[in-house]
Amino acid sequence: MSDIKQIETEALAAVAGAGDLDALDAVRVAELGKKGRISGLMGALGRMSPEERKENGPKLNALKTTVDEAIRARKTELEAAALEQQLAREKLDLTLPPGAGPKTGALHPVMQVFEEIAAIFGDMGFTVAEGPDVEDDWHNFTALNFPEGHPARETHDTFFMKAGEGDAPKVLRTHTSPVQIRTMMKQKPPIRILVPGRVYRNDWDATHTPMFHQVEGLVIEKGTHMGHLKGCLIDFVKAFFEVDSVEARFRPHFFPFTEPSAEMDVKYTRKGEVIEIGAGDSWMEILGSGMVHPNVLRNCGIDPNEYQGFAFGMGVDRLAMLKYGMPDLRPYFEADPQWTRHYGFAPWATPSVSGGLS
Amino acid sequence: MKFTLSWLNDHLATKATLDDILAHMLKAGLEVEEVHDPREALKAFTVCKVIAAEPHPDADKLRVCKVETVDGTKQIVCGAPNARAGMTAIYAPLGAFIPGLDFALDKKPRKIRGVESHGMMCSTKELEAGEDHDGIADLDASIPLGTPAADALGLADPVIDFEVTPNRPDWLGVQGIARDLAAAGAGRFIPHEPKKVSGSFDCPVEIRLDAPEACPMFAGALVRGVKNGPSPDWMQHRLKAVGIQPKSLLVDVTNYISFDRARPLHVYDAAKLSGTVCARLGRKGEALEALDGKTYTVTEDMCVIADDSGVIGLGGVMGGESTAVSADTVDVFIESAWFDPLRTARTGRATGIHSDARYRFERGVDPQSCVDGLNLALALILEYGGGTASKANIAGSISARAEKVTFYPADVERLTGLVVRGAEMRRILKDLGFSVEDAGDAWYLMPPSHRFDMEQSADIVEEIARLIGYDQLPTTSLPAPEGGVRAITTPMQARVRAARRVLAGRGFLEAVTWSFMAKEHAALFGKTPDCLTVSNPVASDLNQMRPSILANLAVASQRAANRGEPGVRFFEAGPVYLGDGPDDQRTMVAAFVRPVTERHWQGAPHAYDSYAAKADLFAVLEALGQPGDRFQVAPPVQPHWHPGQAASLKLGPKVTVAHFGALHPGVLKQLDVDGPAYGFELNLNALPVMKARATKTRPVLERSDLSPIRRDLAFVVDRSVAAGDVVRHAQGADKQLIHSVDVFDVYEGPGVPEGSKSIAVEVTIQPKEKLKDEDIQALMERIVSAVAKGAGGVLRG
Repeated sequence: MSDIKQIETEALAAVAGAGDLDALDAVRVAELGKKGRISGLMGALGRMSPEERKENGPKLNALKTTVDEAIRARKTELEAAALEQQLAREKLDLTLPPGAGPKTGALHPVMQVFEEIAAIFGDMGFTVAEGPDVEDDWHNFTALNFPEGHPARETHDTFFMKAGEGDAPKVLRTHTSPVQIRTMMKQKPPIRILVPGRVYRNDWDATHTPMFHQVEGLVIEKGTHMGHLKGCLIDFVKAFFEVDSVEARFRPHFFPFTEPSAEMDVKYTRKGEVIEIGAGDSWMEILGSGMVHPNVLRNCGIDPNEYQGFAFGMGVDRLAMLKYGMPDLRPYFEADPQWTRHYGFAPWATPSVSGGLS
Repeated sequence: MKFTLSWLNDHLATKATLDDILAHMLKAGLEVEEVHDPREALKAFTVCKVIAAEPHPDADKLRVCKVETVDGTKQIVCGAPNARAGMTAIYAPLGAFIPGLDFALDKKPRKIRGVESHGMMCSTKELEAGEDHDGIADLDASIPLGTPAADALGLADPVIDFEVTPNRPDWLGVQGIARDLAAAGAGRFIPHEPKKVSGSFDCPVEIRLDAPEACPMFAGALVRGVKNGPSPDWMQHRLKAVGIQPKSLLVDVTNYISFDRARPLHVYDAAKLSGTVCARLGRKGEALEALDGKTYTVTEDMCVIADDSGVIGLGGVMGGESTAVSADTVDVFIESAWFDPLRTARTGRATGIHSDARYRFERGVDPQSCVDGLNLALALILEYGGGTASKANIAGSISARAEKVTFYPADVERLTGLVVRGAEMRRILKDLGFSVEDAGDAWYLMPPSHRFDMEQSADIVEEIARLIGYDQLPTTSLPAPEGGVRAITTPMQARVRAARRVLAGRGFLEAVTWSFMAKEHAALFGKTPDCLTVSNPVASDLNQMRPSILANLAVASQRAANRGEPGVRFFEAGPVYLGDGPDDQRTMVAAFVRPVTERHWQGAPHAYDSYAAKADLFAVLEALGQPGDRFQVAPPVQPHWHPGQAASLKLGPKVTVAHFGALHPGVLKQLDVDGPAYGFELNLNALPVMKARATKTRPVLERSDLSPIRRDLAFVVDRSVAAGDVVRHAQGADKQLIHSVDVFDVYEGPGVPEGSKSIAVEVTIQPKEKLKDEDIQALMERIVSAVAKGAGGVLRG
């Protein structure tokens, strides 16, 4: 078996010379296949004498192993080269746009701000209540201590619905306060509600729209006083504008349905287009509030000597403006795509107190 | 309401500065809207003395003046014809802004025809302090050099404008403002008891009250031999400052008292009166030519003043032209009456007259001021117009308020959290004019006659709290509610939130549009009952409460298209209105899309169509936990949908949950919206409310170890058969084994008989135990016979 060395040299040269996987496989078949040269030699071992077998067996096995390993190594090499080539062919232009489909839409800022406000007051234990936009005079005015014919009614620029002969006309609610009445008529104190909704006044200019949004709050409990009103609303303003402190003041005002009544101003400063709330040199009115008038409680069957509380109402459109800097109210209701994309919110922006409002 | 600082000082003894006064107003609830301080506007201007005025060497009309000013002696070139040596004038330094000319002088001296001018001398018009522009202001020589121009021109009086809330008509007089400011600590209130004028003869004008419910009291008096010239300068200055144009002494006196005491009066030329002056209700057919030159129809609801000639005034609103005073008036009859607030308000609304008298009477005039007001007017007229006064003729009376207000001092702390000493409360109430009967736990208070808003303890609490200052109240965070915080939104609100987020995630922009729309457009979308028609709409095309949101979205979509964005997807979650009852409002989610041809390098995607609308609707339903296949697809029941390319989604035969598909082309045309357009409208109120489960624990996951088996079947059915029916019948063959049946092909054409179509479905079977081939074959046969029976389908060979 002097030619084993020779065979090994030849076989290894053939392996090294195989240019692709097919050629390599041909080498494998020629050497190690069933009818291959090395397989043939291995087969011949059986016919040898025990001595010859003892001498040549290990040599042939070593030869087989060496060639087999060489083939495997070469195969790995060739496969890697082939993959390399394949990958080189498979290059994509990934600067191209992905599959078609609509771009993400946007949520209206007023609706988002509703949710921000609800998140803050929800954290203080308020639940959300709602009521109809088309209201009767009693819920919108009389029950709220607006006497009939009182000039305070005229300040509301009320929209009236057509009425049948002899019927009192319904109104479009001028504020969310009628929901206070509806709630107190059917629910016993303690009450903490927050009422978001559309309200309507017959006024249309640069700072007024005939429809706008309000949030009303109502707390009726034992022992709730005006200090709580101040604390609650200052806490709200800090949370809403996401500032650490806020300079606020409360001024006496008149609302028929609260006594005492107050308007709340906050300090602000204007730097160019940007309004900063909480500090500065000017005051801005942001909401009306007061202790619920005893007549209102009585109108709803609640004893004002047993229960008391406060109510507040604020314009959501304006609060949204102050926080997010929309310069004008009018585009709110125009469904202008540019405006909505610019000032709107992503669908996954879900306001919460713990996770951040905005 | 406007007033000036010096006017206030007539009623308030104080050393407070303007800023102090403003701070006290704020504290007491008088919301300042604007302050005009002429001293600020004229700060740059001072009095100067002209030493010499020589002709300009190069211009006939100019003079070169040597002027002594606060800045030293200046050379000023002046074009005024009245500029002369020895004159006392107003000096504007270089750089000063001249309000009447709306420009600022150069900061450096300018050469005028070759002569340098170091400033300017101004006319009153240039200072916006008067109308005179014939020459520069020519002041009294006694005014010293350097005096501020505002003082020199008598303009040093700041004007304050504030909001009078409807509960405080007493603030419509300067006296009432002073009383509150004194109680707030701004100074001492100066009471002015009007001098009682004792007339020398009986009033020749008879007064009769025929409608005491409308006019319960009328005090009148006559002044004979009056000279109705201009009113005194001080009165004219004050009236002008608060926006009233002076007319004549008699008119100015009534206006002055109206603003000084919130007491409206009226003056008649007695020579033009005929017979008894009567306050009565109007009669049909009567009319009045009023002082504003307009003629008003009188109704039987109005309180009128009449004499033998007919109606001569609308009580408490406006007088008539026929008996008006003029420069020739010699004898004047003065009316100081009291008119019912509600009736005055109705008359005001009916006539549209907004007069200072109406404004006061409808809010409430102090009933005790009839006689005082008359005496005040008589005194002023006699002082400045001469003549002799008659005795007062007083018809009727108003009884003083009888019932006291019971005030519980403990309510102050109970309602405000503020602890106030009894003495301090008593001081405030007395300053406000209350009489106080202290009975310990309860005080019995008689409010002053000018307050109409004092009924109960809470009203008094506000008086105490506001005059001490709301800033003194504690600031206490709201304690956590008993039992902790719960979920705050109702199931309906949760639906709105989820639906909005799904749609925004699917490319829709959220719109918020008007709740009202044009009635004729609304009629295309649903019922338009008159009870949902606005009788006083803000615009004629916003007069009907909307029965659907889609019209507004359609119009918005067209508007966006006109602005170059044709493919915008809009949605809105908001109300629609079915009636005017409290339960007639529905919350809808509506979506609207006008398809645009989109291109993509991988091939054009399907344009938005009825199926895309269905996908969006079903995505919303899925998110609301109510998958769309729970509902039945039926023909549309609303008129604004394409009858063949839209559908309703029903829950049983009666409840329609939603509509989706193509909008009716005819409806779009009437809205001026280019079609086609697709969308949906989902009634969130119609969706069943899922019962809250007792536990949040989810049922155990039942996982099958066996792989699902899939088989394809194709059926030939009549063209009119809905694919949904084929699917429904196939699924019904074995509800346990069949997991789903999905249509993957619909075909009409060669190979399928005329009038028929082929519907191919993939049936997914989820075995619970190992199935043999023959079991599966048997199931397939059951499906085939179910479809054959239910939908007339024949298995396609």
